Amino acid sequence: MNKHLLSIHDVTAEDIVRVLDTAESFREVGTRVIKKVPALRGRTVVNLFYENSTRTRISFELAAKRLSADVINFTTSGSSVSKGESLKDTALTLQAMGADAVVIRHSSSGAPLTLTRWVKGSVLNAGDGTHEHPTQALLDLYTMREKLGRLEGLRAAIVGDVLHSRVARSLSFALVKMGAEVTLVGPPTLIPADAPAWGVQVSYDIGSVLPKLDVCYMLRVQRERQRQQYFPSVREYARLFGLTTERVGMLPESCLIMHPGPMNRGVEIDSDVADLPRSVIEEQVTNGIAVRMALLYLLLGGSGSEGGVDG
Amino acid sequence: MAERIRIRGARIVDPATGRDERGDVLVEDGRVAAPDGTVSGALELDAEGLVLAPGLVDLHTHLREPGREDKETVESGCRAAALGGFTAVAPMANTDPIADTAAVIHEVRALGIRAGLCDVVPVGAITRGLEGESMAEIGEMVEAGVRMFSDDGRSVPDARVLRNALTYARAFDGVVIAEHCEDASLTEGGQMHEGYHSSSLGLAGRPRESEEIVVARDLAVARLTGGRLHLCHLSSAGSVEMVRRAKADGLRVTAEVTPHHLVFTDEELLTYDTNFKVNPPLRTTEDREALRAGLADGTIDAVATDHAPHAVEEKEAEFDQAPPGTIGLETALAAVLTHLVEAGAMSLPRAVEAMSTAPAGILGLGDHGGPIEPGRPANLVVFDPAAEWAVEAPFASRSRNSAFLGRTLRGRVIHTLYRGELVVADGKAQR
Repeated sequence: MNKHLLSIHDVTAEDIVRVLDTAESFREVGTRVIKKVPALRGRTVVNLFYENSTRTRISFELAAKRLSADVINFTTSGSSVSKGESLKDTALTLQAMGADAVVIRHSSSGAPLTLTRWVKGSVLNAGDGTHEHPTQALLDLYTMREKLGRLEGLRAAIVGDVLHSRVARSLSFALVKMGAEVTLVGPPTLIPADAPAWGVQVSYDIGSVLPKLDVCYMLRVQRERQRQQYFPSVREYARLFGLTTERVGMLPESCLIMHPGPMNRGVEIDSDVADLPRSVIEEQVTNGIAVRMALLYLLLGGSGSEGGVDG
Repeated sequence: MAERIRIRGARIVDPATGRDERGDVLVEDGRVAAPDGTVSGALELDAEGLVLAPGLVDLHTHLREPGREDKETVESGCRAAALGGFTAVAPMANTDPIADTAAVIHEVRALGIRAGLCDVVPVGAITRGLEGESMAEIGEMVEAGVRMFSDDGRSVPDARVLRNALTYARAFDGVVIAEHCEDASLTEGGQMHEGYHSSSLGLAGRPRESEEIVVARDLAVARLTGGRLHLCHLSSAGSVEMVRRAKADGLRVTAEVTPHHLVFTDEELLTYDTNFKVNPPLRTTEDREALRAGLADGTIDAVATDHAPHAVEEKEAEFDQAPPGTIGLETALAAVLTHLVEAGAMSLPRAVEAMSTAPAGILGLGDHGGPIEPGRPANLVVFDPAAEWAVEAPFASRSRNSAFLGRTLRGRVIHTLYRGELVVADGKAQR
């Protein structure tokens, strides 16, 4: 494994299998009464969140704590960041405090890579701008593999605002890397013109795509995009690209419905659809902790003598 | 200061006369003198293996003074220029206060004269406050010595305002209206060239069409008015083709390209290195090749640096927070020599023409760009085309946001003579 996880391009297909296998052994920890192993005892993990994201921050925090690491949460409100401190100075401060890993969420694409210039520890990208969100993609892969038994040859659609979605980028790159077939679906204004060069298909007609799918992955569509004239109205968007109860009928029986959250019920996904048994949205959240444990463990090189997985 | 300088054995490249031969040049009292005869007391400079050319002229410089003296001053920028072989620079109007009145022009010129390192020929704003709405007092600025007007950093958004500026400027001989070509509605929020790399880096794009739309419009308005138009820092293959056609049609248009657009592509952005964040953005190999071909065949008249100094802390920020621009005065000649002349894209005389004779002509600077003949002001550069050097900070510029940082270039300025004075000797600034 690379020292950092900034992009799916940093990991090989073999690395991904290793992460998913490691996550599988960690998932059992979450079912124990005492949900803790000493793998990263004495190590310090900093959650550096420049954007509000309760779910991702909590997921990383739980993952680090279950590995017995010391966790520091550093968020924009109430820290020097809100007083205008630069990314560099914040990074140097964390470096001086001896952070072994920095988990960063930032609204600017590329900020995690920039951070690696100033910190010696591992940097994990927890979502940067409209670039990537690699840990989300890995937990999604984990969920797909768990439910469907394989990744290679899977037919997946990623539906919605691909243009602004870091989840869509990471997930596309990861699925292509694992040999899955990916189709991006959405209004042409929200699909990058150069997306086919990622190795994916593009369709503007959700109806023609649904009957062949193993995974239907819905993206959050922000209402703000209507104001920016990417589509005429939220109503029309929901009609043309939303996963309605009617459209679910077009999916094969075994097809998973996934969403990275938070959902806009009634926009990209009908409320009833989100609550169907084949919607594995909550499992995604649960698996997120195990996958992030695996990533922290592998990137920080948790030492075997300290007990590791079985400890 | 030596009043007589003899430069011996240089390859003299003088595009104004087409001369390209080995010879001596004698400089006396600030001017080129007849090289024959024995002159006693001359400082002898051995220039075997070196090239002697008319001093370079930069059409597009940001000197930041007044307003952002932490990034650059007229003096530090002129020193960088002299070290880069330039004997004249044209600082853009986007200072604070903006150079949209004769008073600011006078101030910048005075700072240039005080520095005494090269001629400083300020560019005036086309519109008041660079706001694109009402014409600035162009006539008064012409009286103050301005020859080029530009709202650089943005295009004049309104075709009617541009029409009036191009038409009004016809009253003044040799005055040029220069345009930064990017349609703001297509570049809003954009961080880099829109294409495969922007799509996977998650950076909002600035499509090449944002430039081509403005180039097409501006050429149409130039046709309408018969005005004298100059297009700044072209970046797209389509723009080059439009300029080629416009010139064939006889339009009074000239164009420039920067060293960084001639050397780099959007692939450099893969590391989110903000030194490669420039406007217009670095584009694809195809665009770069078209720019090189356009410069070689004269469709693009001149190389201009768009020297844009920025503070370290501004460039060390997140990519979308960092201001666009790279410094370029100290690397321009070497970049062109290494990546165009040595690479076989153009001859050395054409490179000198594009960096000296052509821009001097565009600005109407009779004292620059050659010919290197007795009686002419001695604005000259002597460089070693074979000398290799690594680009590294610090620079003579107060800033160090260079896209060429860490690169090895060939071609080093040895001496720069500004009005007969050796302002750079043996690669060192003399003041």
